[in-house]
Amino acid sequence: MKLITFGSDKIASSVLLALGLVSFVIPFCNLALPVDSALHFSAYTVSLIGKYLTFALLGLSLDLVWGYCGILALGQGAFFALGGYAMGMYLMRQIGTRGVYGDPLLPDFMVFLNWKELPWYWLGFDQFWFALLMVVLVPGVLAFVFGWLAFRSRVTGVYLSIITQALTYALLLAFFRNEMGFGGNNGLTDFKELLGFNIQSEDLRAVLLGVTGITLMATFVLSRWVVNTKLGRVVTAIRDQESRVRFLGYRVEMYKLWIFVFAAMIAGVAGALYVPQVGIINPSEFSPLNSLEIVIWVAMGGRGTLYGAIIGAVLVNFSKTVLTGLLPEIWLFSLGAIFVFVTVFLPDGIVGLMRRKLQERAA
Amino acid sequence: MKANLIKGSCRMTAVLTLLFSLAIHGDQDVSTQPPFQTAIINLKQGSMAEREQAINQLAENGSASLAILQALLDGQLFTLKTDMTLVIGVDNNQGYDVRDALTGTALGAMERGSVNKINLTNKLRVSLRRTIGQLQLTAEDPAIRLAAVKAMGNEDDESALALLKARLELEKDVTVKQAIQVVFLLKDMNSSDKSLRVKAIEALKAQNSLDVVNRLNAMVEKDEAGNFIEADADIRNAAKAALININTRLQFYSSVETVFFGLSLGAVLVLAAIGLAITFGVMGVINMAHGELMMLGAYTTYVMQQLLPNHLGISVLLSIPVAFVISAAVGIAIERGIIRFLYGRPLETLLATFGVSLILQQSVRSIFSPLNRSVATPEWMSGSWQINDFLSLTWNRFYILVFCLMVFLLLLQILKHTRLGLEVRAVAQNRNMAKAMGIPTSRVDAMTFGLGSGIAGVAGVALSQITNVGPNLGQAYIVDSFMVVVFGGVGNLWGTLVAGFILGIANKFLEPFAGAVLAKILVLIFIILFIQKRPRGLFPQKGRAADS
Repeated sequence: MKLITFGSDKIASSVLLALGLVSFVIPFCNLALPVDSALHFSAYTVSLIGKYLTFALLGLSLDLVWGYCGILALGQGAFFALGGYAMGMYLMRQIGTRGVYGDPLLPDFMVFLNWKELPWYWLGFDQFWFALLMVVLVPGVLAFVFGWLAFRSRVTGVYLSIITQALTYALLLAFFRNEMGFGGNNGLTDFKELLGFNIQSEDLRAVLLGVTGITLMATFVLSRWVVNTKLGRVVTAIRDQESRVRFLGYRVEMYKLWIFVFAAMIAGVAGALYVPQVGIINPSEFSPLNSLEIVIWVAMGGRGTLYGAIIGAVLVNFSKTVLTGLLPEIWLFSLGAIFVFVTVFLPDGIVGLMRRKLQERAA
Repeated sequence: MKANLIKGSCRMTAVLTLLFSLAIHGDQDVSTQPPFQTAIINLKQGSMAEREQAINQLAENGSASLAILQALLDGQLFTLKTDMTLVIGVDNNQGYDVRDALTGTALGAMERGSVNKINLTNKLRVSLRRTIGQLQLTAEDPAIRLAAVKAMGNEDDESALALLKARLELEKDVTVKQAIQVVFLLKDMNSSDKSLRVKAIEALKAQNSLDVVNRLNAMVEKDEAGNFIEADADIRNAAKAALININTRLQFYSSVETVFFGLSLGAVLVLAAIGLAITFGVMGVINMAHGELMMLGAYTTYVMQQLLPNHLGISVLLSIPVAFVISAAVGIAIERGIIRFLYGRPLETLLATFGVSLILQQSVRSIFSPLNRSVATPEWMSGSWQINDFLSLTWNRFYILVFCLMVFLLLLQILKHTRLGLEVRAVAQNRNMAKAMGIPTSRVDAMTFGLGSGIAGVAGVALSQITNVGPNLGQAYIVDSFMVVVFGGVGNLWGTLVAGFILGIANKFLEPFAGAVLAKILVLIFIILFIQKRPRGLFPQKGRAADS
C-alpha cells in the first residue's frame, strides 16, 4: 500500500483535499444549516457541482484507457450513457402510478406507444440493487465483448478509435428508435423519487453530491493504486511499446481488456450518478461529439495522471457553463480553440504546466 | 454613284408604302387574314361558339398552337387590358409572370388586375382536352405522345379510342406503339368473348405497365362476399399466370432500382470519403474537420446561387472549381498552421482538427445563421428518367454517380501521372527516403492536404444538391466517411471506391425489411466485426509501408 504516497505528489493531494472539502462541506452546510444561511448553497449550484464531479469521474475513466494504456477510445460516452440508462430505468419504475397515464407497471412512453407489457429487459429494474448491478454490468459486458474482439485481433491506434466511435454512433441510432423501448428521442425523464426520497428535494441533491464526491475520491485512490500495481505497470508498458511487451511474454490483449472493462464500469457508475442529478437521460448522450469532449477534458487536464482528468473535466465544464451563459456564440469557438491550443502547445495539459512550475520552484 | 443612291431610296419608299397600305388594309378587314389570326381574335373576344370554332382552327394549325391551347385549358391564357395582346401568365403568388403567347417573349411580372382571363365553359373544356390529346398524339417528342396515350387510355371514351386506333397505324416509336396496344388489350379484357380475353391476358403479360398489374390484380381478388370478382376460372388462372410472369420482372426491376439507389448512396459516401482517404491514407493524418470542409463546399454553392440567381445551372457548375479552391485554401491553412506541428502524433491531430471543425461550424453558424439554407437544383438535374412503368431513376442521383466516378478517375490520374502525384506517393511510402531524394516533403504535405480538402469541397457541392445545407452537414457524414476509408483499407483509393459502393448497396438492400436506421446500425456493426477479421481493411497495404 505504500505505493499510494500522496505526500510526495503535491497536486494529487491538493486535488484530493479539494474533493474532500466539496463532498463533505457542501452537503453538511445544506443539510445542517438553515436555508437562509450565507453558507447554504443553492440547489442549482449543488446540482451543477454534482454534474461536474460525475464528468470528472467519466474523465478519470477515459484517462485510465487513454492516458495509461494509449487506447484513444472515442466511445467512452457510450458506457456513461448505458450506466445512465440503467439508473434511469430504475427511476422510471419508481414513478409507478404517478405517471401521466397512471399505469402501475408501464412507463408513460410505453403506454403512449400502446405497449401491453413490460419488455423482458425492463424486469428487475424496480429493485435498486439490481439497477446498481446493471450500472456496472451492462457497460462492463459491452466493453468486454467489444474489447475482446478488438484487442484479440490487434486492432490498434486510429482504427480502434474509429470503431469505438462507430460503436457509440450505432448505439445513438439504436436508442433513438422507439421500438428499442428506451423512450426514443425523449429518453427517460420525469423521475419522481430515488429510494423513496423526492428527487427534486434539495436535501437529496446535497446527498447525491456527497455520494458523487466520495465515489470520485474512492475511484481516484483505487485507480491510482491499480496503475501502480504490477498490472498497471504492464498496462503503461503496453502504451509505450506494445510489441516489446508482447515479446516479453505478456498477453497484451488481456491487460488491455482488463483496463478497458474497468474503465467502462467506472464510466457506467458516473452515468448512474449523473442521471438523478440532471433528471433526464436521452440518446444524445451517445453522440460521438460527447465522447470527443471527454477526450478534451483529459487532454486539457493532462493525461496519464488521473488527477489531470479531474481538473480538466471540472475546468472545461465550468468554462462551458460560464461561456454558454454569457456568450452562447463564443462557446464552440473557445472549445475549438482549446482543442487546438492544448494539442499544439500543451501536450501535457495543465498538470504538465503545473509540474514544470513546481520543479522550477524546487530547483 | 449618286444616281444609283437616289434610285435605291426611291425603291425603298415604294416598298414601305406598299407594306404600310397592306397593314392598314389588314386592320380594316379581318377576313383577308390567315385563319390563324382570325382564330386568335375570336378566341380573345368572340362568343363561346366562336371560341369553340377558334379552338378547332388553332388545332388545325398543328403542334404550333399546342402551347396556347394547353395554357387555355390550364387557365393561364389572358389578354392584356391595355392593348389586347394575347399572353400566357403563370401565377407567382403576387401576380403573373407574363409572356407573349404568339412570340414567347417574356413581358415580366404583372398585377392580377392588368389582365383578363379567357374563360371556358365545361363543355368547351372537355372538347379542348380532346383536341389537345389529339395534337399531343401527333407531337414530335415521343415522350409527349406517350403521356397523351396514357391519359387517353384512362378515359373510357369512344372518340379517344378512335384517335388512338388511327395513331396505331402511323406510330413509329416502339414504346408509344406498345402503350397504344396495351390500351386496346385492356379494353379487350372487358369484352364478352372468352378467347379474346385470354388472348389479351397472354399478350399483356409481356408488358411493363402498372395499369396492367392493377387490372390483373383486380381480376384474381375476391369481393366482400368471398366470391371471385372474375367468375371464369380459366381467365382467373390465365391472369394468375400472367401476374407471376410480370412479378418476376417487377422484382428484377425493383432490385435494379435498389442497386441504383445503393450506388448513388455509395457515390455520396465515396465522394465524402475520398478526400479523407488521401489525407488519412497518404499522410496518416486524421482530419476531423473533413466534414466541415464539405460543408464549406456546400455553402459555396449557396453563395454562388445568391450571386447568380438567374443562372442556376451555371452557378452549380461554377461552384465546383470555386469550392475546390476555397476548401483547398482552408485545408492548406489548417495544415500549415496546426497539423505540421503534430506529425507522428496521429491521435493529437485528431483532436486538433476536431477543434478546427468546431470553429468552422460556429463560423458558418454566425455568418449564415444556424438554419438550413436551401440550394436550388438546376432543371437538368431535377425530375427522373422514366425507363418504364416499373423503373425510374432520379436524375440528381444519376448525375452524382457520374460525378463521383469522374472525380475518382481524375484523382487517380493526378496521383499516377503528375509530378505532384509521384511526390505524394513517394512521401507516403517512405518519408525519410523521399526527403533524401530531394523531395520537399513539407511542401508535398501541404499540397496533399490541400488536394484532399479541395475534393471535400467538391463533394460538398454534390451534397448540396441532395441534402439540406446547414452547419451540421459535415458532422452527418464524418463517421460514415471514416467507416468507408477504414473498411476499404487505408492508403488505397480503389479500396475506398469499392467500400463506398458495397456499403451503399448493403444499406439499401437492408432498408426495405430493417428500416433505414436499423440498416445503418447493422452496417456499422458489420464494419466493427469486419475490422476484427481484417484489421487493415478490404485492401490492406503490403510491404514495408504497412509496418509504420
